[in-house]
Amino acid sequence: MALLEVNDLQVSFSTPDGVLKAVRGLSFSVDEGKTLGIVGESGSGKSVATQTIMGLTQGARISGEALFEGHDLLQMSTHQLQHIRGAQVGMIFQDPLSSLHPYYRVGWQLIEMIRAHDKSVGKHKARDRAVELLRLVGIPQPDRRVDDFPHQFSGGMRQRAMIAMAMALNPKLVIADEPTTALDVTVQAQVLAVMKRLQEEFGTAIIMITHDLGVIADVADDVVVMYAGKAMETGDRSTIFYRHHNPYTEGLLLSLPAYGDDRERLHPISGQPPSLITLPAGCPFRPRCPYAFDKCVEEPPLFDIGRAGDHQSACWLPTDMRKREKVRRDTLGKAAEVVAVDTSEV
Amino acid sequence: MTVGDIVSATPVSEEGPLNVGPEGAKKIEGRSPWRLAFERLRRDKAALISMIVIVLIVVVAIIAPVFKHLTGHPPNQQYFDTGLTPDGLPRGPTGTFVLGTDDLGRDILVRLAYGARISLLVGVVATFLTVAIGTLVGLAAGYFGKIVDTVLARLIDVMLSIPFLLFAISLASVFQTGLKIVIIVLAIFGWSSVARIVRGQVLSIREREYVEAARSMGAGSWRIMLIDILPNVIAPIIVYTTLLIPVSIVGEATLSFLGVGVQPPTADWGQMIADAQTSNAVEHAWWFLVFPSVALLITTLAFNIFGDGVRDAFDPRSDRVFR
Amino acid sequence: MSVDGAAQSDGEVLLRVTDVKKHFPVQSAAFFRRSHDFVHAVDGVSLELRRGETLGLVGETGCGKSTLARCIMRLYDITDGTVEFEGRDITKLSTRSMRPIRRDMQMIFQDPYGSLNPRRRVGSIIGDPFAIHGLADGKSRKSKVQEVMELVGLNPEHYNRFPAEFSGGQRQRIGVARALALRPKLIVCDEPVSALDVSIQAQIINLLSDLQEELDLTYIFIAHDLSVVRHVSDRVAVMYLGKVAELGEVESVYGHARHPYTSALLSAVPLPDPERAKERERIILVGDVPSPVAPPSGCRFHPRCPKAKDLCVHEDPALVPRLDDPPGHVAACHFPVADGENIADSTPEIGIEERIVEEGLVGNV
Repeated sequence: MALLEVNDLQVSFSTPDGVLKAVRGLSFSVDEGKTLGIVGESGSGKSVATQTIMGLTQGARISGEALFEGHDLLQMSTHQLQHIRGAQVGMIFQDPLSSLHPYYRVGWQLIEMIRAHDKSVGKHKARDRAVELLRLVGIPQPDRRVDDFPHQFSGGMRQRAMIAMAMALNPKLVIADEPTTALDVTVQAQVLAVMKRLQEEFGTAIIMITHDLGVIADVADDVVVMYAGKAMETGDRSTIFYRHHNPYTEGLLLSLPAYGDDRERLHPISGQPPSLITLPAGCPFRPRCPYAFDKCVEEPPLFDIGRAGDHQSACWLPTDMRKREKVRRDTLGKAAEVVAVDTSEV
Repeated sequence: MTVGDIVSATPVSEEGPLNVGPEGAKKIEGRSPWRLAFERLRRDKAALISMIVIVLIVVVAIIAPVFKHLTGHPPNQQYFDTGLTPDGLPRGPTGTFVLGTDDLGRDILVRLAYGARISLLVGVVATFLTVAIGTLVGLAAGYFGKIVDTVLARLIDVMLSIPFLLFAISLASVFQTGLKIVIIVLAIFGWSSVARIVRGQVLSIREREYVEAARSMGAGSWRIMLIDILPNVIAPIIVYTTLLIPVSIVGEATLSFLGVGVQPPTADWGQMIADAQTSNAVEHAWWFLVFPSVALLITTLAFNIFGDGVRDAFDPRSDRVFR
Repeated sequence: MSVDGAAQSDGEVLLRVTDVKKHFPVQSAAFFRRSHDFVHAVDGVSLELRRGETLGLVGETGCGKSTLARCIMRLYDITDGTVEFEGRDITKLSTRSMRPIRRDMQMIFQDPYGSLNPRRRVGSIIGDPFAIHGLADGKSRKSKVQEVMELVGLNPEHYNRFPAEFSGGQRQRIGVARALALRPKLIVCDEPVSALDVSIQAQIINLLSDLQEELDLTYIFIAHDLSVVRHVSDRVAVMYLGKVAELGEVESVYGHARHPYTSALLSAVPLPDPERAKERERIILVGDVPSPVAPPSGCRFHPRCPKAKDLCVHEDPALVPRLDDPPGHVAACHFPVADGENIADSTPEIGIEERIVEEGLVGNV
């Protein structure tokens, strides 16, 4: 049984301009000790989805289920959720100051965290544990640093301190929402290395939410590619990078300068992401898709590609990869025209 | 995460050739931030009602002479025979004196109408003077920074630490009391808080990339201040202005109440409340005190609610989004 | 210190930066006391920029790349050194005499939301350069603005819209249009794509390279994303703590990185390719970038450098060609990385105890 299983999650907000559909029927599951990468651009709903699961969205209309060890998180009371957060599920955000209080010492916050969930732990024992945690995430001189305030830490150290907070109670699952986006690459490498090592040591499952396919390639076992509140494609890491089916996944990868061989020109996805209030009918990617055809005015479900469950793609292109290649090449003529129009505009 | 964050993270759909949604039909003419604010304001019922009340008060002030003609009672005319009871007490609301009379037998309705003129005049003029001085000082302090800022910032601190009433009373005792001095006193004491707000805004806007962009293109200080910075501080200024008007009205009433403002027999709300307070007659004639007080209350309340509405309209991120 | 390399290029030098320094006084809360501490944001940078080329500027937060750009644009007064544009020293020019030169050098900013005045219409934003330099009025300005809008792929009919009505990518096009309006010779791009989604990033990168070809532009391209810089640049300068660590042709620097910092930076870039990412040897640096208020002695990278020796603590290495590199490829390192050398396993040969005390570091991660 999966550790966390999300089924048909829908999240919408009412705004003065209309109903904003942030997540539209998202399903995924995370196994123990594995890392699930959720990748998508801004507005894809990747953060809203996980925050909703943890009961952190306000004023939203929510449906679906999120089973954590068989219990539906969406049905839980605030009190029950509070117990789950921290003890069972740790959270790491982009901005460390969102979970580190600026006016309290880092160590004190760790100790509070430990003792809040287990009163039996003595003050001294909790402090030893806090020092140990800081050592685990690679804070130098943890026995001294434990008495520092968050502002005395550098950006990378704060991020690591937040990881220590998330790991304090040995949670089964850690949700990391763009944990390294604000960091420089060398510090990002440090932080990702810490997370990987902790996962190996404690068998924690991780949900890694990011816009960076490079991070996904580094840490994820399984990947969900999201666009406009939907999963466009799911599969294991090498499937997504080397045998992807969905044109959006393909477009994302082709827009990266670091993907594939050196190319003179990048291949951007044309157009802009849709407004979540006035979504186009049918496939949300249709207006930007080079392979769009008449079938696409209908919204595609997640089709199984190959063996059931291993690889899914929400696209009307043939599920047989060889047939898909043919259709792709046939539409390439049309696509060339589209590209021509695009460049003439430039 | 709030709705605001999500909305801002959601790009506006473009009407490209590939993307035809309902938005595609939107007019090419852009919706300016002003129009958006106005549209939001129009949907705010409380603000609308308070605006209607404000308009009514303005109308009453303008047509005050009509009240005079209808009743046949000039505001300062004392009716010792008809306006007072045989005991010399004020008369309650009747057919002739709709809101009753005061202890000198004057028509309270007519005096309220004329008093509205003074209240609004002082409210508006003093506020605009206050805002003009405050904006200028705040802009200069925030934009030029360094020594200019240090000097002006200290001046603001000094102004904010002078006790208003003591200073106002002593000033009025040195100079002649009257409308002008009331307006000047209110402006002198008001500008520093406006300047402080504007300065803070300018300090943050000065660091924005679009100001840097203007400088990189060779724009001069005046151009940057007027074209790039001022339009971006105008929204908080407008909000503050609407909230400052009731403060000025109450300030004027306070000064007049204390006798350093508008002098008798001119009809003025503060003066009327003071008269009622000091007169023994008020024990028998509640209307004498209640009507001017209610007029003051309704006016300031209306301006305050309207000001709140304006603030919400200019700042859509405030919590009212969820309505 | 001289930056060689002009010898092998036929391009004429458009911009020459010589030993530029920019020090900011540390903000102190005290009213009367003047602070004596300075942030050494840029601390002696020399560069040459040739007509028609793109020079990439990479480095991590606080390395001084954006400050350098603003010194070149004369948005900051330079503490020391000179900036010459087309052979003319612009370091000390007054605001007034700077104005005609600004027509030839423009800037594109990072934040597509912050760089456009939200209260102004797009047409008037893009028309700003014309208005400031008094170049075109009324109808002719409008037609010129619409011409540029078309050039960068914006719908000219959106002339009267406000920035809020555009998405991030479209806004960045507006910023590009504004920079292009006067057909400048040099455009300084300060992280122009960092704030954009990947699919939109590629659009803007392609746009910039098309425009360069069409209008014969020279770019300084600042980014922290090394793969973007590799894609767009002819030459690249790697900065660390206010100084240039390594500089040269892109292929030479990326293929034969001599400075251990460049190697570490390159190895830390997340690769969107699991197979290649697995093969690659990761160099994980120790600790964080030191404070630019009191930069380390000698080579500024020595506290984090896996190859550091005692010499590095005492002597600042010159920026010269190392090993058998071409003259255009220079690196500031006493012990340059040889081709094929794996520095991930290297350990510094300066007293570990001393390092812990001095820098507060532990070689854990």
